[in-house]
Amino acid sequence: MSRMSRISTCFDELKRRNKQALIPYITAGDPNVVTTLGLMHALVQNGADLIELGFPFSDPSSDGPVIQRAIERALAKKTTLRDVLEIVKQFRATDSKTPVVLMGYLNPVECMGYQQFTDAAVAAGVDGVLLVDMPPEESHDLHQVLRNGGLETIYLVAPTSSDARIEAICRQSSGYVYYVSLKGVTGASNLDIASVTSNLARVRQHTSLPLGVGFGIRDAESAASIAKVADAVVVGSALINRIAELQDHTHHTAAALQQQTSLIADMRRAMDN
Amino acid sequence: MSEHLIRHKTYDFPDQGGHFGPFGGIFVGETLMPALSELSRQYDKLKHDPAFWAEFDYDMAHYVGRPSPLYFAERLTKIGGGARIFLKREDLNHTGAHKVNNTIGQALLARSMGKRRIIAETGAGQHGVATATVAARLGLECHVFMGVDDIQRQSANVFRMKMLGANVVGVTSGSRTLKDAMNEALRDWATNVDSTYYIIGTVAGPHPYPMLVRDFQSIIGREVKEQSMRQLGRLPDSLVACVGGGSNAIGLFYPFIDDKQVRMIGVEAGGLGLATGKHAAPLSAGRPGVLHGNRTYLMNDEDGQILETHSVSAGLDYPGVGPEHSWLKDLHRAEYTAVTDDEALAAFRTLTRSEGIIPALETAHAVAHALKLAPTLPAEHVMVVNLSGRGDKDLHTVAAIDNIKL
Repeated sequence: MSRMSRISTCFDELKRRNKQALIPYITAGDPNVVTTLGLMHALVQNGADLIELGFPFSDPSSDGPVIQRAIERALAKKTTLRDVLEIVKQFRATDSKTPVVLMGYLNPVECMGYQQFTDAAVAAGVDGVLLVDMPPEESHDLHQVLRNGGLETIYLVAPTSSDARIEAICRQSSGYVYYVSLKGVTGASNLDIASVTSNLARVRQHTSLPLGVGFGIRDAESAASIAKVADAVVVGSALINRIAELQDHTHHTAAALQQQTSLIADMRRAMDN
Repeated sequence: MSEHLIRHKTYDFPDQGGHFGPFGGIFVGETLMPALSELSRQYDKLKHDPAFWAEFDYDMAHYVGRPSPLYFAERLTKIGGGARIFLKREDLNHTGAHKVNNTIGQALLARSMGKRRIIAETGAGQHGVATATVAARLGLECHVFMGVDDIQRQSANVFRMKMLGANVVGVTSGSRTLKDAMNEALRDWATNVDSTYYIIGTVAGPHPYPMLVRDFQSIIGREVKEQSMRQLGRLPDSLVACVGGGSNAIGLFYPFIDDKQVRMIGVEAGGLGLATGKHAAPLSAGRPGVLHGNRTYLMNDEDGQILETHSVSAGLDYPGVGPEHSWLKDLHRAEYTAVTDDEALAAFRTLTRSEGIIPALETAHAVAHALKLAPTLPAEHVMVVNLSGRGDKDLHTVAAIDNIKL
């Protein structure tokens, strides 16, 4: 890429200020696409540095019940991958700085076609893609198309990953590496900071990319502890629990959405202290 | 050992990464990738160990009751009025279906890996019962995931599993059937990956499952080959089996892949009819996509969302199919077709009344197609239908359709 990517600019800037990235995950279309757009701006207002925007898939086998239900709500509104790209496009109309990573499962992307998806994502202003059921072993074709289009490719590392796998995954990764903090699904409650710390040290040997940690970070306190050992903190289920309380209409005020996502502001404060 | 691992001259799949042409592979979250590699390594080791297969064979003979007969269905043949119809009696296996061939093989694998906790998904409950059975026999902890809708329509099997000491976990997400049970089993596996062995019940899922389930189920086709040679002095002309995930069909077909003169026909669940969209026939009316760890023919909409399926038989009510079937379809080595709920129910009754054999509703799909095909074929044509399971579990379903209260 000729220009510096939004994601690396974001991490470079944070590093200069000696801060860690706060990355909220929300499911697009929950409770509806208009509210999702409002939520994205609210998250930035509350101190989010990068947004992982989930696109729904009917069979989210890596997700716990909270995100499963968010996806079911989004699908009940018939939210498609194209709708999600449209949200990003509208977000970019007023926010050209905050990186957006699309996160989801492979089949909707496969269905749209790799090239078509990449072209549409780039045109919408997407910065990176994370497909949870697409390990590096299977990703070669898609990976090439995404990279040629200028999109970052984010992959997962898990507590179960061997050093050899970590090395291979890091070699394929760009933007940041996403470390799954626990054995389990999103929103689980068995987060173990000591294990995260030692495993991040293993990952660190294989990459100079920023390391993000997600799955099971639920409050300001756990966000602050993770921020001490990682470059980025990802929060999904805990945030979505609050978003689930929103009524399904399209005229939530910016202030109301900011209030509903105040968990991000709390985490921001705890991480920055 | 050698006869358990069939080597074909013209067909060598899957490759190292578990691919059957463009199908198969491994599409799961990173947490499970190392567990799947470990399973592949262990199976690679054991499959070359004669002691492993000796134990498998012993259990097949003395616990399952194999070989299962290849039975000439004379009155069914008369009703068909053409090809001679033989039934491979997998319904006579211990636990009443072909499923136990696989669960015994995988339970031996689990034991060799030191895993004491077994999980499984089930639709009709046959695989759940077969898993609970081997878990009871080996003294392993067993959890079976089952959609709450299936729990409703297969209550007899739910009770059997509980009797056997398994914990039956009702799955309320998504369409509340087999596919959702599989999602939930994958979630449990990721959470308890160190202690747990996941016994997948069909030739789907991520590599190496489609391969190892096929290898265990191939005992069906190997026996048919021997029995056909011994009883008839020749190979059959056609093989017919129902296909949900497709394990009984692969088990029958696989040993015959090199025998090009043998027609192989898989029968999917046509539900209310392919035109209605209410069916479970991805090979007949779907297109390729990625679900549950592999690329295969799927029922999905234009946005890649998996569609809800419909079949009178819970065991066929699945939107995907084993990746090897997708490949055999594209290679034109096997043919795939579908029969409706009504046709399957009619065949269920026909077989019951003509031969005194009550088939599972899944199996009745194969019988229904056999009865359509037989009259178009000459009397010297030998057709083998895989009678994959018995119908005791379906009596409530059929009674309800007949408005009879049991």
